Amino acid sequence: MIQPVILWTDALVYLLVVVVVLFAFYARGREHLRAPWREVVRSRIAVASLVVLLFYTATGLLDSLHFRKVLPQQDGQQQVQYSGEVLSLLDELLGPMRTQEEKTYSAPFATHLYTKEAIIDADGRQTRDYPRLRYGGAHLADPASEKGADIRQRSLRALGQAGAVLLLLTAILALLLARRWRCSPLVALRRVLAGGSVVPWRTALAFVGLFLLLIALIANLSAWYHMLGTDKVGQDVLYQSIKSIRTGLVIGTLTTLVMLPFAVFLGMMAGYFRGWVDDVIQYLYTTLNSIPGVLLIAAAVLMMQVYMSNHPEMFETMAERADLRLLFLCLILGITSWTGLCRLLRGETLKLRELDYVQAADAFGVGRFTIMVRHLLPNLLHLVLIAVVLDFSGLVLAEAVLSYVGVGVDPTTMSWGNMINRARLEMAREPMVWWSLLAAFAFMFTLVLAANLFSDAVRDAFDPRLRAQR
Amino acid sequence: MNAERALLEVEELRVRIGAGAGAVRPVDGVSFRIRRGETFALLGESGCGKSMTALALLRLLPQPGGDIVGGSVKLDGDELLARTERGMRAVRGGRIAMIFQEPMTSLNPVMTIGAQIAESLEQHRGLRGNAARRRVLELLEDVGIPDAARRYGEYPHQLSGGMKQRVMIAIALAGEPDLLIADEPTTALDVTIQAQVLDLIRSLQHKHGMAVLLITHDLGVVSEMADRVAVMYAGELVEQAPRSVFFGRSQHPYSRKLFAALPDSSKREQRLTVIPGTVPPLNREFRGCRFAERCDRAWELCRERRPAWFATGPEQGVRCHLADPALEPSAEVPPAEGEQRRRAPAGAPAPLLEVEDLKVHFPIHRGLFKRVVGHVRAVDGVSLSIPQGQTLALVGESGCGKTTVGKGILQLLRPTGGQVRFEGEELTRLRGEALRRRRSDFQIIFQDPFSSMNPRMNVGDIIEEGMVAQRIGGRAAERRRRVEELLQQVGLRPEQRQRYPHEFSGGQRQRICIARALAVNPKLIVCDEPTSALDVSVQAQILNLLQDLQADMGLSYLFITHDLSVVSYLAERVAVMYLGRIVEAGSVNEVLDTPAHPYTRALLSAVPVISDDGERQVIRLEGDLPSPSNPPSGCHFHPRCPQAGDLCRKSYPQRTWLSAGHEVRCHLFDNRAEH
Repeated sequence: MIQPVILWTDALVYLLVVVVVLFAFYARGREHLRAPWREVVRSRIAVASLVVLLFYTATGLLDSLHFRKVLPQQDGQQQVQYSGEVLSLLDELLGPMRTQEEKTYSAPFATHLYTKEAIIDADGRQTRDYPRLRYGGAHLADPASEKGADIRQRSLRALGQAGAVLLLLTAILALLLARRWRCSPLVALRRVLAGGSVVPWRTALAFVGLFLLLIALIANLSAWYHMLGTDKVGQDVLYQSIKSIRTGLVIGTLTTLVMLPFAVFLGMMAGYFRGWVDDVIQYLYTTLNSIPGVLLIAAAVLMMQVYMSNHPEMFETMAERADLRLLFLCLILGITSWTGLCRLLRGETLKLRELDYVQAADAFGVGRFTIMVRHLLPNLLHLVLIAVVLDFSGLVLAEAVLSYVGVGVDPTTMSWGNMINRARLEMAREPMVWWSLLAAFAFMFTLVLAANLFSDAVRDAFDPRLRAQR
Repeated sequence: MNAERALLEVEELRVRIGAGAGAVRPVDGVSFRIRRGETFALLGESGCGKSMTALALLRLLPQPGGDIVGGSVKLDGDELLARTERGMRAVRGGRIAMIFQEPMTSLNPVMTIGAQIAESLEQHRGLRGNAARRRVLELLEDVGIPDAARRYGEYPHQLSGGMKQRVMIAIALAGEPDLLIADEPTTALDVTIQAQVLDLIRSLQHKHGMAVLLITHDLGVVSEMADRVAVMYAGELVEQAPRSVFFGRSQHPYSRKLFAALPDSSKREQRLTVIPGTVPPLNREFRGCRFAERCDRAWELCRERRPAWFATGPEQGVRCHLADPALEPSAEVPPAEGEQRRRAPAGAPAPLLEVEDLKVHFPIHRGLFKRVVGHVRAVDGVSLSIPQGQTLALVGESGCGKTTVGKGILQLLRPTGGQVRFEGEELTRLRGEALRRRRSDFQIIFQDPFSSMNPRMNVGDIIEEGMVAQRIGGRAAERRRRVEELLQQVGLRPEQRQRYPHEFSGGQRQRICIARALAVNPKLIVCDEPTSALDVSVQAQILNLLQDLQADMGLSYLFITHDLSVVSYLAERVAVMYLGRIVEAGSVNEVLDTPAHPYTRALLSAVPVISDDGERQVIRLEGDLPSPSNPPSGCHFHPRCPQAGDLCRKSYPQRTWLSAGHEVRCHLFDNRAEH
C-alpha cells in the first residue's frame, strides 16, 4: 500500500505537460505554427538535442510521481502508518543506489574508502588502512584481481541489452515509416540508415542508442559499484546527479510558467493601450530591473526560510518543506525575470497595433480584448516561444549559482547547485575529491548544451528574416 | 543591328535562384544591347524579373541561392561574367552604378552624406582629403542640392525623400560610370518630386554621356525618358522597340493590354480593359507562350509551342506567334474595350457624409514630464461632403494629411475639432457602444494588401470578423454562406475561404479586403490608396470591381489617392489637399481640365503622360512639402508657389467660388470673390 503525495511542483509540472500537449494540438491545425517545427526536426543538431532533452524530461517526470510507503504494521496498531519519507517512482527504480550508503567518500568504482581508518582485524590488531566498502564491490573476494573482469563482463552485458532494445526500436521505426512512405520496411530501413530521410532518423537512433547504453550500464553496474563514487556522508553521487535533473527542469520550466502571464499580458497591454497604462507598466519594470536580482532573491528566500522555520506545523514531511522552498524560488525567479520579455513584447505590440489589420478590426468595432487575443497574441507567439526556450538554460545555470551562494534550493533538495556548493570544500581537501563537481558539471553541461542547441534551431526556424532566405 | 558597338551587350542571360524542384528562374534567356548615352527602359509588372536582371548585370544576386546559369554580359566587349569577384568590384560603382527604389534605406543613417559620397570617390577615383571634398561639393551641386557646403555635414534623416534620392544619384555619379542602372528610381516619390528627379537624371545623362538602364512599371515614366523600350514578362523579353514605335504601334498583346489598362479621363464612360489573372510563378517549366493563359488572342499553338523572337525592324522585335509571318494568325478577336461602364441610377443624391472644419492635431511632447510643446496639424480645417452613391477623390502628396482625414472621418483617430455628420448623425460625439454599433455603416480599405490582414487567420475568419463584432449575419452556418457569397462577389472562389492570406497575390488580397469591408453592409467606404501597391493590370481589375460594386449597391467612396489618372477615371468630385487643408475642390472635369490653384496646376503638369512627342511644359515646384508642425505663415503654399505675392505671405486665402461646385483657396482669385 502506498499513499500518493502530490507536491506543489508536481502539480505544476503536470499542468505544464498538459499545457504543452494542448499547445501541440492547437499548433497542429495551424500551418504557420507547424511549418517552423517541421523545420526544426529537419536539423540534425536539433534532433540530437531533442533526444537528450527527452531523456532528461522523462527522468524528471518519473521523479515527479511521489508517494509514501506504509510502515510495517506493529502489534496492536489499528491505523495504517505511513513513512515520513516521500519517495518518487524514480527512487523506486534506482532502488539500491539510494539505499546503499557508505560511511564517507569513495572514488568512482572504488572498492575501498577514500580515507584511511583504524581497522581492527580478526586477531585484534589495529592497523591504519583503507577499509573495504560496505556495498561497492562487496561481492568480490579479491577486488584487486577480479574488479576489472567483473566490470568488463557487466558492461558487455549492458552493451548487449542496449543493442537488443535499439534493434527493436529500429525495427518498429522502420515499420511505421514504411506505412507512411508506402514502401516496404526494408526500403524504409535502408533509407533511414543511409541518412536519406528528411527527418534525420539516423541521428535520432544513434542518440537513443547512446542513452540506452547509459541506462543499461547504470542498471547493470550501479547495484554493485558506486559508478561516480560517494560523497561525504557516503551517498551515491550518480544518484544525486540523477535526482538533480528534476530540480533543474522544474526551475527551468516552472519559472517560465510563472513569468509568462506577467510578460505577455503586461507587455501587450503596455504596447496596445499606451497612455497611463504604458507609463505604469514601464515604471514597474524599469524599477524592478534596477534592483539587483540576487539581492531581491536573497531577501525573499531568507524571509521565506524564517517563516517556514517558525511554522513547522504546516509541513507533514521534510519533502513538502523542501518542495515549497523550490516553488518559492521559481516564483521569485519568475517575478524578477519577466521584464526582458515584457519589454520585447511591448515593442513588438507597438509595431503591430499600427498595422492595418488591427486598424481594420477597430473599424469593425471589435472589442479591445478580442483584438488583443485574436490579432496581437498569435502574432507575438513566436517571440514568446523563442524567449522561453532561450531562457531555460539560463535558469538552470541560475539555480546553480544561487545554490552556490546559499540562497537557492533547500539544502536537503538534491540539486547541481548544492553539489557544487559542497564541492567547494571537497576541492580544498587533500587528496582532492573531484567526482562530485565533475558529475554535477557533466550532467548540467549536457542539459544546458542540448537546450542551447535546440533553442538555436527553434529561433532560426521562427525568425521571419531567416525564413525569407530559405 | 547598328554597326556601332554597343556599350552593354547582354546575350541569353539566365538566372536561377534556389536549387531543385523549387528553383525560380526570374531571368530566362534575356538579350538586349544598350548604346552609349541612350536610355533603355525595361518595363514590366512586379515579379517579372526586371530587378533580378539588373542585379545579375552587377553580379549582385541574393546569396545564397542566386546564380547566373548561362549567357553573357559584355561591357565594352569585356565579359563581366568571366571576371573574378575582386575584378567585379572595380566595375560596380566605377563603370556601372545603380540607384535603388527606396532612398530611405539605401543610405547609412550614421554617416554624413558628404562622407558617403567621399567614400565612393575614394574607392573609384582615389580622391582623398580636400580634393575629395571639393568633388563632393561639385557633385552635390550637380544633383541640384542647394547650399551644398552645409548639406555636406548633414545626416540622411535631415533630408527629405527627394533629397535622399538626389544624394543616391550623386553617389552613383561619383564613380563616373558609363552606365547608370536606375531601378524604379521614382516609385517611392511624389509626382512633383518624381518630375524633379527624372529631370535631373535626364540632364545629367546629357552632361556626362551616360547610358541609363531604367527599370520601371510606369508607362508614363517610360514615355518621358526612354529612347528604347523592352517589355519583360515572366522572365523573358516579349517586345523591344524604339520609343516612338512602341507607343504608336506596340505589337505584343501584353504591351497593348498594358496601355488599355491604364485609367484616364478618356475612358471615363468605359470599363477598363483588364488582363485576367496575374504573372505566373517562375518556379515551373513553361511549354508554350508564358502569356498565353492571360492573352485573349491565344490559340492552341500558343499553349504548345514557345514563340520565337521575330525581328520586325532594326532593334525591334517581338516574341509572339502573331508576328510569325509563316503562321495564319487566329481570327481577330474584337477588342473588348469600350464596354459600357455601369453607373448607379442617377437621381438627386442626398449627402451621406458631411464634414465641417475637421481638425486632427497630434500633440508634440517634450522633456521629462512630456509637456506639450506644439501640435502637428495633420488635418487643419477640412470640409467636404459626399453624396449617396458617388465618389469623392481626395488628392495630395504624401504627408499632406489625406489618410488622416480618412481615419478622422471613421473615428479611428478622434478629431480635435469640427463635425462629421453621417446621415445627419454627429459621429464625433458618439462614444463607446453607440459608436461601435454605427461602425458597420462606414468601412475602410487600406493601401498595403500585405499588412491589412492578420497572417494568422484564414480568409473566412477575416471576412467574418466584422459580422461577428457587429452581431449581424445570424448563426455560424448563415455567416459562412454569406462569406462564400462575398468571395464570389469580389471574384474569388468560395472554397478559398479556408486559405491563409499569404497564399494570395496582391490583387487577390485587395479583393479579400474589399469583401471584408462589404461584409457589414457599409454605405460609405474610405479607400486609402487601394491600388497604389498594385500593378497596372491588377489595378484595373480592382478599379472595375469598385465601380461595379458602386453601381450595384449604391456605395459611396472617399477615394484617397495621389494618382491623378485614377481620379479622373473613377471620381465624380475631387478635392486637392495641401498641408492639412483643401486648396481646391470641384467636379472632376472642372478641376482637372481647368485647374485654378497653382498647386493643382503643378501637380497635374508633373504627372508623366504618354504622348508621342514627349514634350510638355512642367511647372517646376521648388523644394518639398513643409512640416505640418510648423506651417508657413499666410498661404501654406507660398514658399513653393511660382506666383506668390506679398499678400500670400501674410494671410491665408479665403474660399472663393469659381462656379457653383468649384471652390479654390488662393489670393489670385480674390478679386473674383463672390463669397
